Order: sequence, then structure tokens, then C-alpha cells
Amino acid sequence: METLLAEDFSTELDVSVVGPRKMIQIAFGDFTLDISETIVTGWLIIVVLFILMKWLTKDLKVVPETKRQVIAEYIVEFFNNTVKEMMGESMVKFAPYIATIFTFALTGALVSILGFRSMTVDINCTGTWAVMTFVLITYYKLKNNGAGGYLKSFAEPVIFITPINILSEVATPLAMALRMFGNMASGMIITSIVYAFLTVLSNVVYNALSLQALEFLNYFHIFQIGIPAALSIYFDFFSGVIQSYVFIMLTMVYVGQAAGANDA
Amino acid sequence: MTYEQTLLIAKAIVLAGQGIGAGLALIAGIGPGIGEGYAVGKAIETIGRQPEAKSSAQQTMFVGCAVAESTGIYGLLVGIILLFVNPFLGRLE
Repeated sequence: METLLAEDFSTELDVSVVGPRKMIQIAFGDFTLDISETIVTGWLIIVVLFILMKWLTKDLKVVPETKRQVIAEYIVEFFNNTVKEMMGESMVKFAPYIATIFTFALTGALVSILGFRSMTVDINCTGTWAVMTFVLITYYKLKNNGAGGYLKSFAEPVIFITPINILSEVATPLAMALRMFGNMASGMIITSIVYAFLTVLSNVVYNALSLQALEFLNYFHIFQIGIPAALSIYFDFFSGVIQSYVFIMLTMVYVGQAAGANDA
Repeated sequence: MTYEQTLLIAKAIVLAGQGIGAGLALIAGIGPGIGEGYAVGKAIETIGRQPEAKSSAQQTMFVGCAVAESTGIYGLLVGIILLFVNPFLGRLE
């Protein structure tokens, strides 16, 4: 039998899940500041969103003349109405914060469609947002009840329950951060497993058809066309939208409760 | 048995334990599955009875589902860490 001209394509399942890459490292003596992929993606998103919003709100008129202004007004109305519905009429001042978190989280999750690493697949990112919400909650509790009332609220209804109250206070931001991170990370891991599997499947088929001589097939896996897109619709798009929505919903519910102004 | 062989067997035991542990951690998915199914069923019942309350029922359902999912997500995270981070292999030396 003749010897094969080229090696068989690899049929070994190669799944590697890595954290965000470190893009820039700045050293201050012993301390190194790592600027990760997440932060760089975040900067890019901030720039793009800033330009988009500037463009949407360019020369506004009292009566909208351009489609652009109608879209801008629709977005603002949507967030104002959502905040009014969830937190009450007097809390409309929170609409910009909620809108910012939602737009940032949504674009941060959906950049994975463009081939970037999703911002929300980084516990530092979702953790930051959760801590921001936690600070807001605590601020409003302190403002409404005073420091004494805030501390006293931990010992209610009976004093023995204090540890559980403290635990549930800490669990709020932790659960928010982990929920978003876990959803997006599991989607990413499942997608990468499917990609690895489809690579192996393509290589098996190539080997069976004895196409070993065709070099370019190393980079072209026939089964990777189309199949991951269906998964991507669920894990990137659906999951990203739902999780961002849930995140702002919970923020509104918790902050609304703490501020205690639910006159809706 | 040499030290290397012992280490190899120890490693194999740790890896097997991690695999079993990850599988057991994902049992946590059962609870949220049942719970969310129940919540969605109730929401559909509500919409069937009161079609005008559709948007608010849907909203509440999504938030409730997301909250109910947390415990499943915690199990999933434990599973992912066991499978891909291998936290116990480093303690063998």
C-alpha cells in the first residue's frame, strides 16, 4: 500500500476554557496593574455608544423631524416608563442609571457576536455592577432610616436572626453578579465545546474521504458552518438580553424597596 | 512503588473525584428546572384567565425565573470550576 502524502487531520477533542487575556500591564514597583481584554472591550463599547448617542441626539427639535430623534425619544420613553412602573413616579431620576447599566450590559454581552470576548464572561465586570447596586441600596437604607435604624433593621424581627440578615444582605450583590456571570460563562463554554466537537467531526469526515492532501482544510471545518449560529442565537442573544433585563429589573426592585418610594 | 508512580495514582484519583464531583454538582439543575416549569405554567394560567395582564405576568415570570435559576447557576459554577480549573491538583505536591 502507498504511504499517505499528508498526515491525518487531528481527531482529538481539544477544549480549552481560558479567562480574559491580559492586554496591557503597567508596573508600579511591586504592584502590577493588569488591564484585561474585558476592560479594553469596555472602552471600545463606551466609545462606540458615546458616538452613537451623540449622533442620535444631534439637533433635537420640539416636534421630531428625523427618524433618528424618534428612535432616541422611544428609547428614553421606554426607560422612563419602566422605571416609573417598577419604582414609582418619584424615582424617575434613576432612569439614566438603569438605562446606562442596561445598554452597557447588553452591548457587553452581545459583542461576542462580533467575535470579541463577551464582557459579562468576567466576574470582575458583573461584580462591579452588583457592587454599584449594593452601594445604592445601602445609601438609600441609611438615608431613610439613619445609621441607627439601619443597624437596628438587622436585628428584626428577633435578635437571634441577625447573622441570617447579614448573610442575606451580602448575598444580594453576590447572587446578582454570579447569576449574570454564570449564565454567560456557561453559554461560552458550551459553545466552545460544540466548536471543538464540530472540528473533530469535520476532521473525521475529511479523513474518511481521504482529503488529507488539501492543506486549507486545517482551517476550514465544514460542519462549523451554520450549526453554531443556532446555538449562538440562544446563548449569546437570548441569554444576553434576558440577563441584562433581569439585572436592571432586580436593581430597580432592590433600590426601590430600599428607597421605599413605591407609589406606583 | 516509586514516588512518581504514587503521584500518578494520586493524580488519577483526584481527577476521577473531580469528574464525579462535577457530575454531582450539576444535580442542582433539577430544582430550578422544576421550579421554573411551575412558574411558567402558572404564568400561562394567569394569561389564559386574564389576557390583559400579559405583559406584567410575563415580566414577573422572567424575573422570578432568573431568581429561581440562581441555585442551579451556583451548581453549574462549581461544576465548571471542578472541570476546567482543577483546583485540587495543585495540593498534591
